[in-house]
This record gives sequence, C-alpha cells and structure tokens, in this order.
Amino acid sequence: MDMTDTKFIASPVPAGACAALEIAGVRKDFESFSALRDIHLRVNPGEMLCFLGPSGCGKTTLLRIIAGLETQTSGQILQNGKDVSWLPPERRDYGIVFQSYALFPNLTIADNVGYGLVNSRARRAQIKARVSELLTLVGLPTSAHKYPSQLSGGQQQRVALARALATRPGLLLLDEPLSALDALERIRLRGEIRRLQKQVGITTIMVTHDQEEALSMADRIVVMNHGVIEQVGTPMEIYEQPATPFVADFVGKVNVLRAVALGQQRFKVGDLELQCDACDGAFAPGDAVNLYLRPEDRMAENLREDTANRMSVLVSKVEFLGGLCIAEVTAQALHGQTLGLHFSLNQLHDLDIREGNTIEIALRANRIRAFAAPAARTVA
Amino acid sequence: MNTLAHTPPAPGAPAMTPPAAYRRTGMRWSRDEIIARGVLLAVMAMLFVFLVAPLVTILAHAVQDKDGRFVGLAHFITYFQTPSLLRAVWNSVWVAAAVVAISVPAAFVFAYALTRSCMPAGLKAVFRLIALIPLLAPSLLSAISFVQWFGNQGALKFLLGGVSIYGAPGIILSEVYNTFPHALMILVTAMSLTDGRLYEAAKALRTRPMRQFMTITLPSCKYGLISASTVVFTYVVSDFGAPKVIGGNFNVLSVDVFKQVVGQHNFSIGAVVGMLLLVPSIVSFVIDYVVRRKLKAQLTARSVPYSPKPRKVADTLLLMFCATVCALLLAIIGMAVYTSLITLWPYDLSFTLKHYRFALLESDMAAAYTNSLAVAAVTAVAGSFIVFVGAYLIEKTRNLGMMRPTMHMMAVLSMAVPGLVLGLGYVMFFNHPANPLGFLYQTMTILVVSMIVHYYTSSHLTAVTALKQIDNEFEAVSASLKVPFIKTFFRVTVPVCLPAILDIGRYFFVVSMASLSCAIFLYTPDTILASVAIMHMDDAGDIGPAAALASLIVVTSVVVCIVYSLLTRVLLTRTQAWRLLGRT
Repeated sequence: MDMTDTKFIASPVPAGACAALEIAGVRKDFESFSALRDIHLRVNPGEMLCFLGPSGCGKTTLLRIIAGLETQTSGQILQNGKDVSWLPPERRDYGIVFQSYALFPNLTIADNVGYGLVNSRARRAQIKARVSELLTLVGLPTSAHKYPSQLSGGQQQRVALARALATRPGLLLLDEPLSALDALERIRLRGEIRRLQKQVGITTIMVTHDQEEALSMADRIVVMNHGVIEQVGTPMEIYEQPATPFVADFVGKVNVLRAVALGQQRFKVGDLELQCDACDGAFAPGDAVNLYLRPEDRMAENLREDTANRMSVLVSKVEFLGGLCIAEVTAQALHGQTLGLHFSLNQLHDLDIREGNTIEIALRANRIRAFAAPAARTVA
Repeated sequence: MNTLAHTPPAPGAPAMTPPAAYRRTGMRWSRDEIIARGVLLAVMAMLFVFLVAPLVTILAHAVQDKDGRFVGLAHFITYFQTPSLLRAVWNSVWVAAAVVAISVPAAFVFAYALTRSCMPAGLKAVFRLIALIPLLAPSLLSAISFVQWFGNQGALKFLLGGVSIYGAPGIILSEVYNTFPHALMILVTAMSLTDGRLYEAAKALRTRPMRQFMTITLPSCKYGLISASTVVFTYVVSDFGAPKVIGGNFNVLSVDVFKQVVGQHNFSIGAVVGMLLLVPSIVSFVIDYVVRRKLKAQLTARSVPYSPKPRKVADTLLLMFCATVCALLLAIIGMAVYTSLITLWPYDLSFTLKHYRFALLESDMAAAYTNSLAVAAVTAVAGSFIVFVGAYLIEKTRNLGMMRPTMHMMAVLSMAVPGLVLGLGYVMFFNHPANPLGFLYQTMTILVVSMIVHYYTSSHLTAVTALKQIDNEFEAVSASLKVPFIKTFFRVTVPVCLPAILDIGRYFFVVSMASLSCAIFLYTPDTILASVAIMHMDDAGDIGPAAALASLIVVTSVVVCIVYSLLTRVLLTRTQAWRLLGRT
C-alpha cells in the first residue's frame, strides 16, 4: 500500500496487512431513496469500530449488509481478503448481538450459549466446558440453568454476547447492543464489552447512535449521515478535529459563531477579531464562515495582556447542572451572538461567575474550527 | 490526522478496485432459503388449487353456456330478468339488515356490560361463556329450536299472533342467535381497547356520564361496530342452514344456489348466484379489513386499561339485560337438547334415547357423526400445521419479493368466500373430467381440505399475531451460528408459539364440526357429515334425530374444548415453564 496515501494512515496496522473487513463501493438503494452511497471502509484486525450517526443515517443497513441480512445494490465486501459480498448469512463468519438480545426464551442460558456449538457436532463434554468458560467470561458463571426472563436486561445481553462468541467467529457485530438497557447498566456493560473485546482480541463493529458510547468504547469511529461517511478517525480525532460541520455538531456540544474571513487564519466576529490556528481550510478574505468552538475551549484564569482572542463578556445566564455548569455569555462586540461555556462549580465560585457579572475570558486559538457557512445562510 | 473516507480509495490499493466491485450480482440462495421457498410454494399451491382455481371456475361457468361457449353476461341478464330469482337478492339483503339491526345493538349492550360494568367477575365469565355457546352449534340447531318453540306445533306459537315463523321471522330470529357471539367478540375486543385515561381526563373536566358515552365510548367503538355489522351481514347472507330449515317458501340467495345446482343442475345460474353471494362478502370483507387495521392502530402502547367504577342503577339494569339474553340463548339450545330426549313433541313427552340410537346406529346416515369427528380431528391437526408453517415462512423469510403479498392475499381471501361458494367451486372444478385432481372429489380428503381453506384466514391471522410477538432476529442469530432455520423452527419458534398453535387447532376442530355450507356440495353417502345429516333428517321430518345430532355436535365441541384446555394446561406447564418464571 502506498504509504503516502493519507486515507488510511490512522490505521494502526502495518501497510500491506490484510484488512479484517473491507467495504468497497457499497451502495444500497431503496425504492424512494438511497440508504447508502458508495461506502468505502477498511476494518483492521482486532480493532473495535463504531458506526455512529443519527437514526436513518444508514449505519444499521451497513451492518446488516455486512452480516448478509440485507443485500447491497452494488459494491463488494471482503472478509480477510475473501469476497463474501453475495454469500448468505450462514456462509459468512461472524457473531451478532442485537438490541433486543434475541435470546431464545424457551431455552436455558446454557442452551442459548451452546446453541451454535451443538450444530458444529462438538462433543457434549466439550460443549459444556465451552459454555461454562463463556459464562465465566461474561461474569454469569452461576446462571447456566436459568431462563432468559429470569435475568436483567444487562445480564441477557451478556448471554447474547457469549452466544455470539461461542463459535469463535472472526468478526463480532453489535447492533445497538446497549440501547435497550437502563442508564446504569448501559455504562457498566459498556466497559465490560470493551474489556471482553480486548481480551478475546476479536475484530468488532458496533452500531450506535450514542456518541458517548462510541467515544468511550471505539478504537475508531465512523461518523455517518444521510448514507455517506462523514469522517473516520479515533475518538480523539473525531472530537478535537471534526472534519465537517455535521461531525462537530453531532459529536459533543459546540458553539457556532457567524464570522467573516480576514485571511491568514483571522476572522471577524461582530466587532472582534479572532485568531484561529487550526483552520486548515483556506478562506479568501470576505468569505462567510462559521466558527465552531466547544464549551470547554475557553480560558478564564492566568490571562495575559497578549493572550489571543481575549474578550470581556457579560454572563447572561448560569445553568446549574451539578459539578459542571454552563454559563451563557455575550458581549456587545459579538453583536448579540452568545456562547455557552463550561465551568466547574468551583470555577463558578472562584471566578465569581454570576448572572449580570462581567468576566474576562479568552477563546483557545488552537481549538476553533472554521467551516464555510452554508450558502443559504450567506444569502440571508 | 482525520481521515475522510467518502472519497474512493486511491488507485493501486490492493483488492479495492476490481471493476467487479461495482457489478450487480444476485445473491446466491442457500440451502435454507431454497427449502423455505419450496415449502412456501407448496402451501401457496394448495391455496391456489383449492381456493383461487375453484373461484375462477365459477366465474367461467357464469359466462359460458352448457357447451362451454362464451356467452358474456347473458346468464346475469336472464337472472335479473326473472322476478322470482331477483326477489331472493332483495330477501337476502333485507333479512341480513334486520339481523344486523337486532344482533349488533344487543351485542353492544352485552359487551358494554361485560367490559364496563361492575358485575361480579364470576358472573361476567358465566355470561360470556353462555353467550359464546352458539359458536359451537351448527346454524341448523337454532332453526330447529325456533320451529319447536314457534312452529306449527310450537309451545309459544300463540305469542306470534297468527304470524308464521316459517320465512323471514324464523330466519331473522335464528340468525340473531347464530351471529350474536360473533358480534359480541368483536365488540368486547373493541371496548377493552379503550384508553382509560380518556375517561379520567373527561372526569377531571367534569364531563357528564351521557356526554362521556357519546364522546368517548361510542367513537372508540365505531370501528368495532362497523366491523361487527359487516361480519353479521355477511354471515346471514351466506348462511345456508337456518334458511333451509326455517325459511319455508321464503327464497334467499344461499338456498337458491343449492336449489339451482343440486335441484335443477343449472350450473350457469348457480354460478351467477354464487358470484352474487361473493359480492356482499367481498365488500364487507374489505370494509372489515380496513377497519380492523384502524382498530389496531387506535391503541398505543401507553394506553391504560379502563377500570369501571360501580354505578348501582346502571349495573343492575345491565345485569338484568345479560341475564335475560343468556336465558333466551339457553332456551334455544335447551329446546334442541329437550327435543332430542323426548319421544314426540308435543304429543309424547316421555324421556327416550331412541333419537340418539337412530342418529348414530340405525339411520342410513349413521356414519355422519363419526365422519364429522374424523374430519374435525384431521382438520385440526393438518390445518394448524399448514397454517402455522405458511405464516411462519412469510413472516420470517427474507427477500421473498412478490411471494409475500401473493401469499398474504390468498390467505385473507378465504374469509371473503362463503362456504357455499367455495363448495360450488369445488363441484365445478374437481368434477371436471379433465382435472387430474378429480380423484379427490367425493373423498374425505377434499372435505378436510375444504375446511382448512374455508377457515384459513382467522387461523392465519392468529398465527401471524403470535409470530409477530417473538423476536424478529431469531433466524438471523441462527444463521450467524450456522444452525439451519428448520432446527430453530422446531426448537424455538414452535415451542414459543405453542399456545397459539393449540388455539388454531381447537378453532379448526370446532368450526369444522359444525360446518354445513362447505360440505353440502361435497359429501357422498359414505362421507356424509353430521351437519348435512341434520339437514336431511329435518327434511324427512325426523326432528328428534336431527336435534339429537345437533346436540351431539355441541356436546362434542364443549367436551373437546374442556379436554383441550385441561390438556393444554398440563402441556403448557411442562413446556412453558420459562414463561412463568419472573426475574428473581
């Protein structure tokens, strides 16, 4: 593979290694719309990849195409170099876990986990050993004789995971595995799935609409919208260097400021001039842009006279949320545009941030991202 | 560096650029998919041969002359120019409308009492059971009873004041009895679907009870009322048993078909009447189908069930109403049973079992009862198997394309075809010398098949409902585990759906035990069924044996239902232990 090709540099695998899964030009058309258009993607061996996007973005369709449960309109899927594009599900190599658990309600936990093993004609003792090994792995060693309805949602999903792993597949597909669980169990199982995945070392694709889930679990995230991939990158890349306004908006919270480019990474917002070090897009002076800034990307302490993007702002509202609060600030110089900024509760006290007070802040020049303003807004 | 991936890969990247990647190729079918499609095709072929083809044959007969030449609408024109024939159309329609006007309001009040009053729960259960008994009886039974009550020697003949029960009054009364439980079941369902919070909101707004009834109760039952009316109307138009027994010279469509075909061998006019019978069925079927969908959509997952509050006066009135209705219903069935146990009404009221002896042993139709038992048993087993497999395959197989809507349409079409029309179609289709399936004609097999096809729709919908309740991904999971779907079907799907399958079996048994209209064209002296025998005995004036056989059908069905529920209770506690276990 050409090392100068920047498309896949984020992959931690050495060049030339066979991708665990390769999706080439996959397209899915329904009667009235295209669910997926020209998807290209490489999944590296052993990595955990998350498809993240709003509902209807095509992430689940893509997962079901990989599983052979839906048929792509065109395009190719290679698993370990082998073309599986048109194979029925049972001739592909994967285990799958669904949001609904899909446990067989009339079979015991042990029978559920051993469901795929019985068919592979393994010996009874071997099956039993494998089942108890898997149940131990997912932390349910004593539940073998119970029925699914006797377990909590999180426990059932663990069993589904064990069942999917039982036949030692080369690929694990997780279709919103945590969405049906309550908040606490979701967080607990999140860590557990990640631990298991690393321990087993299985290449995993997870579909989710929950950004926190994706950020905390994935090696790489694939952000999708309207049937196309918006960005592929590590969680940190996705959060800190969103490639498109959609990604900036969808992942994490963000403030948007209307601005006009002045050239040389400087922008005019209202009467203020802001420095923006990280803007790789070249804008001609006079271009209308939107500046994207995350709520935590402000400085409020140890400001010097020459700190870039320094301004004094009026606190118009403080939203108390517990340990971390949001202060809405505005300035006349901003021409009515407001910013929501994160402050810890202690900072609120220490810096005397209250409604009606004026405070000194600076926006981090290396954090501001600039994107061309959508055409419609420029006209307006 | 972030990696934008929606640009195609650079040329030279291995395995990414073969032109084949963009070529559209068909998914190859796996063995599982071939098996699934094969079995589904077999079920569809059965419905095609035993439902669609006979219907098409009737249509063909209606537009051909005796030698098979196309005559267009000539038979229809003849029919409509014959006043005596035309009168049957009008008679069928107004009688059916009269039955709707009595049966549906009565069922509405009864259903209201069952769902919205504070009668003791045990009493409600008893009322409900009594009200459902007519379902188990052949439609002839009520007619025979009304003849006994109000006929020429009737015990209560004086009540009619000179009006003869034979004709429209008798048909209307019998059909009210027969249709009451059908209307009741639909209305009870409709009323138990109402969201209780609507009433709480109304109460919070201090709405008066009458206004609550007019603005909440009635509108929420609207679809139920429409559905019940169409079902009752169709039932009456297509029923053959009651008008045959109590209709006298009062001509209705269903009896006309029989007369034309069996009496005069006039297949062309028979076919025309058959087509006419199909019209109200199909119209009301479409209305019912649309309405049922809306009924389902009405209830959101968050609805709160309504729990009635005691209202002394209303509750007492409703209780009295229910008690009266039940007394009347019991009087009908009671008269049939009584008639079967006495020597000769009204001259010799001494107790005797001779009618039973005659019906079961001495008559030349003595095989009828055991034939009915055999047909009902085989229909129950074979029917529930075929229906469930068919429903499973269209619900859980992926990428069926046109097979799914085609199968679904045939499955629901059967409800729109009156048994009489189906039987007529069989006569014309299977009796045709060129039909290779002609050997089936005049066998028990064709009786069983006709029962399965005739009662396909309800069973199919029950199966589909049960299947929709289980997780959609079982098949996907077993495919990913490389387990053939057939194994998952028998190991998981069938056990999980067992209660529904057993329900379907019982339904098939009960309806084919009492069914007359379908079999009337298909029986031979060897394969005669109990309901047909009742009709012949009644024709011959053997009221006692006819009543005995009718009572036997009811008793059999009651016994089967009881045994069935005991057996299934045992079976279910054995196989459904997982259902009863809560979270520990």
